[in-house]
Amino acid sequence: MSSFRFSHEPIDIAPLRDELLDTHCGGYTSFEGCDHNEGQQVLHLEYEAFEALGLTEGEKIMAEARERFGVTRALCVHRLGDLGLKEIAVWVGVATAHRDEAFKACRYIIDEVKHRVPIWKKEHYVSGDSGWVNCERCAVHAHDHDHDHAHHDHG
Amino acid sequence: MNTPADLAAVGAMTQATSQAPRELRVQYFALLREQAGRRDETVVTSAATPRELFTELAARHHFTLGAEHLKVAVNTEFADWSRPLTAGDTVVFIPPVAGG
Repeated sequence: MSSFRFSHEPIDIAPLRDELLDTHCGGYTSFEGCDHNEGQQVLHLEYEAFEALGLTEGEKIMAEARERFGVTRALCVHRLGDLGLKEIAVWVGVATAHRDEAFKACRYIIDEVKHRVPIWKKEHYVSGDSGWVNCERCAVHAHDHDHDHAHHDHG
Repeated sequence: MNTPADLAAVGAMTQATSQAPRELRVQYFALLREQAGRRDETVVTSAATPRELFTELAARHHFTLGAEHLKVAVNTEFADWSRPLTAGDTVVFIPPVAGG
């Protein structure tokens, strides 16, 4: 099974951890990304992806992590659809013989996934308003903020 | 059906950068999907490149994001804005991403 996946259901960590670990791994690092309020009070969220391209780009990132950090086993699952605050939006797990590589690879995977995989997030606010994160601000004031545009740094 | 002679005639009438109209598929996601009011469409266009196609579709659907904020994929691979498009290609304009 591929090491980068999308899930339309809540992410269940226990079976992923079980799939990842083997008897040769001395360290296991995981990262759980959840959504939180930044500014407006968020009621719920919606994740959408261009899944066909997302899977190939995600798989490239996993291969890069294995290559760069000598990681034996790594998995990443990104949630899609409607979810509430504190639900897991993304999960990364890395198992290696040594912990240093596990931390580095985990960090590499989450950073690259956020910037390269075609996934979009729509926040629905308590006020009744909603907005696509990173899109609305670009459209309204293109140059007067320091928002994360690393999206454009990758080809 | 166009004969080679027809195609040559069309070629002679148009600039080197433009194309005879042909069908392209376009898929939309997120903000662009909402603004276009659809997930996909087939367009008959003479746009030679994704850049020309985006200009045409942005005018039609009143997109608020400019091309400078987007990336583009052709047939599920990231592509260059000046890549030539051919009949049957599927084009996706990719708004700023927000995974994680």
